[in-house]
Amino acid sequence: MALELYLDLFSQPCRSVYMFAKKNNIPFEFKKVSLMHGEHFGDQFGKINMIRKVPALRDGDFCLAESIPIMIYLAEKFQTPDFWYPTDIHHRARINEYLSWQHTAIRMYGSKMFWLRLLIPKMIGMEVPKEKMDGALEDLNNSLNLIEEKFLQDRLFIGGDQISLADLVAIVEVMQPVGAGLDVFNGRPKLSAWRDRVRVSIGTELFDEANRDILGAQEIMGQIDPGTLELFKPKILRFYY
Amino acid sequence: MSPRKALKSFWRTSATMGLLTVVFSGENRTADFSKLNPMQKVPVMVDNGFVLTESDAILKYLATKYDVPEHWYPRQPEHRARVDEYTAWHHTNTRPHAAKVFILEVLLPAQTGSPVDQNRLRRALSELDATLDKLESMFLKRQPFLCGDDITVADLLAVCELMQPLGSGRDILKDRPQLQRWRSRVQSALGDSFLEAHAVLLAVRDRRKGRL
Repeated sequence: MALELYLDLFSQPCRSVYMFAKKNNIPFEFKKVSLMHGEHFGDQFGKINMIRKVPALRDGDFCLAESIPIMIYLAEKFQTPDFWYPTDIHHRARINEYLSWQHTAIRMYGSKMFWLRLLIPKMIGMEVPKEKMDGALEDLNNSLNLIEEKFLQDRLFIGGDQISLADLVAIVEVMQPVGAGLDVFNGRPKLSAWRDRVRVSIGTELFDEANRDILGAQEIMGQIDPGTLELFKPKILRFYY
Repeated sequence: MSPRKALKSFWRTSATMGLLTVVFSGENRTADFSKLNPMQKVPVMVDNGFVLTESDAILKYLATKYDVPEHWYPRQPEHRARVDEYTAWHHTNTRPHAAKVFILEVLLPAQTGSPVDQNRLRRALSELDATLDKLESMFLKRQPFLCGDDITVADLLAVCELMQPLGSGRDILKDRPQLQRWRSRVQSALGDSFLEAHAVLLAVRDRRKGRL
């Protein structure tokens, strides 16, 4: 049985896994799970991943959730080039440091911005109050500042001279608010230059393909029936609003 | 606080050499500390000039660099993936939900002098409850430890977060025998370092009891 990756490219960590697998020519079966339509709540998917989140991996009998361990597992199994997750202990620690920090920083605030700008207004039928937006923007900016000042500094990539899992995980979170119409790169030449390098390293065609859905999110949202989002309403409002 | 305890337990159990710098409240906001960590958080590791933040990154670095028993962070890819899966999930589940209870019951009232916000606490306890359900059904299941038959860094991170609400005298595992048994196994595996790491937290609890 081929290796299966359960993905929805609207989801940031799914995009990281997708780009990593394609870039490294890892053979896999793309199993689409539409979050918007609640497909992650189905019985079949629950057997693969009790946590009911995407991305998920199934390799024979072995099932795994969480994008970071999925990519590390793939890197090991398919012996991808060392720079993705270096064996050198210091380089690896630097990448692990970013991978750890980002969960409750850029990931949280980038996601929040996406929901506040695009999805919540659709759910509740009106714009989010200004103070909430301002607060969310400040948090997002603080994370972006830390990415530039602590994690990038004057390096080409987060881990050093070459791209790594840290950049793959970072770029998708930084791009998420862009999908909601917020240009986070405006006024940030260092971040923009890093994004360009990441895009070239991954391959512009693959990068653009992986980001097509999220960059078209505003248009897609315009066509969606608010009823579709009822599934998420209580949880999202509690978490983000 | 919890990530620092996890580190301290690990350090002692592995009998490695090194210095632990204890940071008291407020010291993390000084200019010197900010140079080490602009996020002004603990733990921070400095190993021969190499500065590293984030407890799970530090634990994985120590497990790799020093001669610790392999079970802490297994090398076999599928076993390691299980540990990595927990440590990733931990950030947005166990950690924030347990920490929130501690913050609402101990930290905020101490800092502001206001009484506990009971509405927020109720919601936080309910979210924590859902997280503990997932911990039992998705990770622990019928295993002795979160990721299998042996203790790993995942158990270290988890147990320290779940101990944190004890600062207010609240045992969140009170009605969960499966997780209580797991906690006992973790405590046995860690020996003295477990109590030593939690000394400050238990002192907070005892001081509060003394005041009531």
